[in-house]
Amino acid sequence: MTLSIEDIAKVARLARLRLSPEELSQLGDQLGKTLKYIDILNEVETENVEPMAHAFDVENVFRADVVQPSLDRSVALSNAPKTDGKYFLVPQIIESGE
Amino acid sequence: MSYPNLSAIDLLKAMQNGEVTALEVTQKSLGQIETTDSKIRALLDTHAETALQAATDVDRKRRAGEQLGRLAGIPITLKDNICVTGQPASCSSRMLQNHVPVYDAHIVELLKKEDAVLLGRANMDEFAMGSSCENSAFQKTHNPWNTDCAPGGSSGGSAAVVAAGMVPLSIGSDTGGSIRQPAAFCGVVGVKPTYGRVSRYGLIAFASSLDQIGPFARNVTDAALLLEVLSGHDRRDSTSVDVPVPQLTANLDKPLEGLKIGIVAEHYREGLNEEVAQALTQAQDVYRSLGAEIKEVETPHARYGVAAYYIIAPSEASGNLARYDGVHYGHRAELAQGQNLVDMYELSRAQGFGTEVKRRIMLGTYALSSGYYDAYYLKALKVRRLIAQDFNTAFEQVDVILSPTTPTPAFRIGELVDDPLKMYLNDIYTIGANLAGIPAASIPCGSSSDGLPIGMQLLAPPFEEERLLRAARMFEQATTWSNRIPVQMGGNSI
Repeated sequence: MTLSIEDIAKVARLARLRLSPEELSQLGDQLGKTLKYIDILNEVETENVEPMAHAFDVENVFRADVVQPSLDRSVALSNAPKTDGKYFLVPQIIESGE
Repeated sequence: MSYPNLSAIDLLKAMQNGEVTALEVTQKSLGQIETTDSKIRALLDTHAETALQAATDVDRKRRAGEQLGRLAGIPITLKDNICVTGQPASCSSRMLQNHVPVYDAHIVELLKKEDAVLLGRANMDEFAMGSSCENSAFQKTHNPWNTDCAPGGSSGGSAAVVAAGMVPLSIGSDTGGSIRQPAAFCGVVGVKPTYGRVSRYGLIAFASSLDQIGPFARNVTDAALLLEVLSGHDRRDSTSVDVPVPQLTANLDKPLEGLKIGIVAEHYREGLNEEVAQALTQAQDVYRSLGAEIKEVETPHARYGVAAYYIIAPSEASGNLARYDGVHYGHRAELAQGQNLVDMYELSRAQGFGTEVKRRIMLGTYALSSGYYDAYYLKALKVRRLIAQDFNTAFEQVDVILSPTTPTPAFRIGELVDDPLKMYLNDIYTIGANLAGIPAASIPCGSSSDGLPIGMQLLAPPFEEERLLRAARMFEQATTWSNRIPVQMGGNSI
């Protein structure tokens, strides 16, 4: 399994990671080797096997829909890189339309 | 006996008998940190002030005749991925370097309720991804038995603090062996409970279907006591299982009659270090001498465990770590004029995450991406079921399974950093328990010719922690491998 620089760059975009050309090439090489090892899974016959996403079959866990105390706004914002005291601030997303 | 060698049980008795105060115990612990941690670098920081205050409160309560918790006055350290209100939790990552949790993890509430003294936070591989602690963004931790060697990982700091006699107990988390492998490398006891036994509320997520919090201790009795405290249902973790908390300590010293122990022939073929194999053979003889029957069982799909794990865990991680977007908490990149929201995401994540975390996010993103989902992710989940079924079948014939914990004793720092795949193969014996959700423990069972500890792993069916730890305790009572502290750490063993 070899991954082209384009393949790797596409995955990095999907993962929202800006990688340098050196990182792309090194990661591509290492991921290729790891995926090659992972190919041993193809030795296993899994035709009628149910996928197992959890250790034990879990069912939906419900609770009563009752209002309970939660974090104060100031506490919830306390670790944010940028706020105005009320909201999380991000770079402008919508064009101003001028 | 000097402080570093005293177990939690010893210290509890000494405090109850008035031979020592909780304040003195915490001071001793801080003293041992002072003299040893400059060499080991296991702790990212200590909370001396709050710890001394908590210890003073325990002494005051005791004098007043108030009821005290089961861990009253016992110093304990937490892995850096466990949330405590007002104390940093960084996952040893630049991404969370300035993150100060605003709530207590469920297990932190339980530890506080039992009057434990929270002493500091222990180094780890970044976001629990690694087997050597070398992936920490902040420092390398050294093995107390040989400071040129790695302590294992990802809970390497938590294993090393206990091994070096700084604290009798510590907390780790185990996603593919991250408690058991460092326990084996550092010569201490480490337990990964059944999935769902301990609430993950307040544990910073890596791979949610595999992550489980568990104890480190220098002997099985201490580990049982701590696991008893940590266990129990919590509605804030929907995978936490609502079953009664087992009485792990009550019958711990009673040997299991007619114990049947499974061994897997394949474990002893390729890749296993000779001295580890020898220690395991001797462990089997110890059990035979105690009346146990050793029986061969087969787990034919176990050899696919590492491959399945390195699809499933990175896939879950790529989703869990998507939350680090520079908005709600964590690192945000400085933006130049004209850079937009996507630039902010991509640059913040590129700057905040280290190489191994990027590697796993990339692997997981690839496995889940369009066109590869069936071939990788779904295939791995099917193999996971076959691995779990192998254990079910084996446990119809035996009560527990005995295996090596790791293929070798501790490797040297730097030895495997350039070969991720070789590092991943360190988890070959431990990963099965996470995939199947079953409880497993690593117990010291020998020493290499270089004086490095060797660990053995016991595995049991789901929710059979009592059986697991009683089987471990049988071995411990018949041998002298537990409770050892390297003499260069002020302990009793060379």
